[in-house]
Amino acid sequence: MALGYNRDKAAMPRTPLEPRFTIEYLSILDSDGNLDTTLEPQLSPGDLKRMYRAMLLGRRLDERMVRLQRQGRIGTFAPIKGQEASQIGSVFTLRPTDWMVPSFRETAAMLWRGWPIEKILLFFAGYLEGGQPGSDQHDLPITIPVATQLPHAVGLAYAAQYRGDDVVVMAYFGDGATSEGDFHEAMNFAGVWHVPIVFVCQNNQWAISVPLKKQTHSRTLAQKALAYGFPGIQVDGNDLLAVYAASREAVERARAGEGPTLIECVTYRLGVHTTADDPTKYRSDEEVKEWERKDPLTRFSAYLQKRNLLEEALEPQIDAEIAAAVKTFEAREAADPLTMFDHVFGEPPSHLLAQRAELAERLEKGGPRRSDEEQPPPSPPMRGQRKTSRWPS
Amino acid sequence: MSVMTYREALNMALREEMQRDPRVFLIGEEIGVYDGAYKVTQGLLKEFGERRVVDTPICESGFTGLAVGAAMVGLRPVVEMMTFNFAILALDQIVNSAAKMYYMSGGQYNVPMVIRGPGGPAHQLAAQHSQSMEVYFYHVPGLKVVRPSTPPDAKGLLKSAIRDDNPVIFIEAETLYGIKGEVPDDPEFTIPLGKAEIRREGTDVTVFAYMGMLYRALEAAEELAKAGVSCEVVDPRTLRPMDIETMIGSVRKTHRAVVVEAGAGFAGMGSEIAAFVTENAFDDLDAPVERVTGANAPMPYAKNLEQAKTPSKEKIIAAIRRVCHA
Ligand SMILES: Cc1ncc(C[n+]2csc(CCOP(=O)(O)OP(=O)(O)O)c2C)c(N)n1
Ligand SMILES: [Mg+2]
Repeated sequence: MALGYNRDKAAMPRTPLEPRFTIEYLSILDSDGNLDTTLEPQLSPGDLKRMYRAMLLGRRLDERMVRLQRQGRIGTFAPIKGQEASQIGSVFTLRPTDWMVPSFRETAAMLWRGWPIEKILLFFAGYLEGGQPGSDQHDLPITIPVATQLPHAVGLAYAAQYRGDDVVVMAYFGDGATSEGDFHEAMNFAGVWHVPIVFVCQNNQWAISVPLKKQTHSRTLAQKALAYGFPGIQVDGNDLLAVYAASREAVERARAGEGPTLIECVTYRLGVHTTADDPTKYRSDEEVKEWERKDPLTRFSAYLQKRNLLEEALEPQIDAEIAAAVKTFEAREAADPLTMFDHVFGEPPSHLLAQRAELAERLEKGGPRRSDEEQPPPSPPMRGQRKTSRWPS
Repeated sequence: MSVMTYREALNMALREEMQRDPRVFLIGEEIGVYDGAYKVTQGLLKEFGERRVVDTPICESGFTGLAVGAAMVGLRPVVEMMTFNFAILALDQIVNSAAKMYYMSGGQYNVPMVIRGPGGPAHQLAAQHSQSMEVYFYHVPGLKVVRPSTPPDAKGLLKSAIRDDNPVIFIEAETLYGIKGEVPDDPEFTIPLGKAEIRREGTDVTVFAYMGMLYRALEAAEELAKAGVSCEVVDPRTLRPMDIETMIGSVRKTHRAVVVEAGAGFAGMGSEIAAFVTENAFDDLDAPVERVTGANAPMPYAKNLEQAKTPSKEKIIAAIRRVCHA
């Protein structure tokens, strides 16, 4: 750096402060199937199978939902294809009593947390109950404004610390979210208060049409944690084992009172940003192909195959489960318009009850509230002296 | 005159103002390579380059604040909010800085910027994406607020907004981007801010409406004409400052007023118009002012609920009939 003075002669030379930083990158099972056995996590065959099943369910449901959207049976949504390992590898390390805070692209993680398939479909078809977590679930609903959920997540972790609850919070967000103030404010709070939280950034390389290099000039996203005084690690987000290993370590640290961690999962959105997007406008087929080669599912299924853990007929079984849920979803009646007044306040105030009653009456009559047969209301008393009204009172 | 969509009219206004004034630049999310989430900035990156069409990281507060700074030293930023619902993230910059800088610097720094993008209910955008955001802004001294309802207004008002020396909030509507109309080709065509427009002349009742609700009010007026009720439909166009003269003039003529707004009602545009009509024309009124608004609940996601929440033509007709005792 040129500062216009001679550093050698400076009386008070610059002194490097420790620590200078390095960021670790973790990969255990690479896209060619090479396995680092020294790092291979000790997961039971049952767990490995459950994780694979969860990834496959996420993938198959995603594909089905794209078709449902194209047929106009559900609305716009954000597909997860390619990000299954980032989601399952991390969410797997939570207990049901821990908190899972999603953004808007965490279908696989939500399924793992017990959201029924039908509910996810209902959500994207506009039913309020689709966004309603079960009463025993420790999950926040999907949120659309980018990064707003992160301060909430820190709030959940703060409350856990405040009450002395044995609870860890895991919060999801994308690479683009790291540009928002809410991300930085949440990270800063988390560091200062040393709360039990794991930030999981799914760096899928794109924020709609904006590539990572236009989002940040940092070499990694993981290093942003260091500025806030806690560890950050970059992992191969398409490597289920690496995501799992890093997440387990982070969750354990949080649970032991050792504070927050940021995990950057380097992954890729293989599909559209949302079903309203056309990615051919901003990225090349070659790039997508390259990442298809790194598909988290094929990699992990090959690993299971080698270990003789791949279940037979898993796909038809999952498809049948999805088909059954789609069927119950489609049998649902249209949502009841009166429900729009539910949950606006804990106790509905009188103005809402009046609007609700008016709508109920309108719906019953199937038309405008006042039919032509009705008598006009009495003309209000007028203070004005003018008598030009053409309407007889 | 050329027939074009509302979207094309906005695009034309941006292009012409960028050609006319090198100080004008665009900044926002997805406005360059992607041509805008709603394609309003189509082709502008290609024509004007990256210096003047700036794709930003996702940081509404950041780029709005940056625009305030650039405007203070004489550039003319046009900020795009992907939707106005995200302007909430930049509210501090808009309310505490853009709107107050001129005042607090004793007139040393004015902030000639425009913040534009779609707002209001559209098609199934649900609670966080469908809000009629104008109410958040027109309360703030120092901000001008525009809601253009037609393609020529889109062009004429946006050009005036860009040339204005104050911060202007310019809220479009996703549901109107595709509508067509005749738009003057003249690059000097502008529509002054603060002028209302009588969209349909009538004698029995004045109906105030803008954006999507304007079209619904016009349909209601058409239907009521068959029943012998003559509606005058007035589009305020600029909500702040508001053209009280034209609006009161109409009420003085018809003696009745109905305000239609898509938002959630309480403390909305309807309340404000009802108040100043009462203040300015009480003795001219033959009936209390009626408001037709959306239900006072968040926007539901389901299509049928969305329809039930938003004012329908039938509700507008019923309100007009009530004030006319017809
Ligand atoms: C506050 C806010 N600004 C803009 C948007 C529009 N938007 C929706 S998703 C998105 C990109 C998010 O990118 P990233 O965080 O990388 O997540 P990804 O979509 O890749 O999962 C944008 C800009 C929004 N939803 N909220
Ligand atoms: Mg992304």
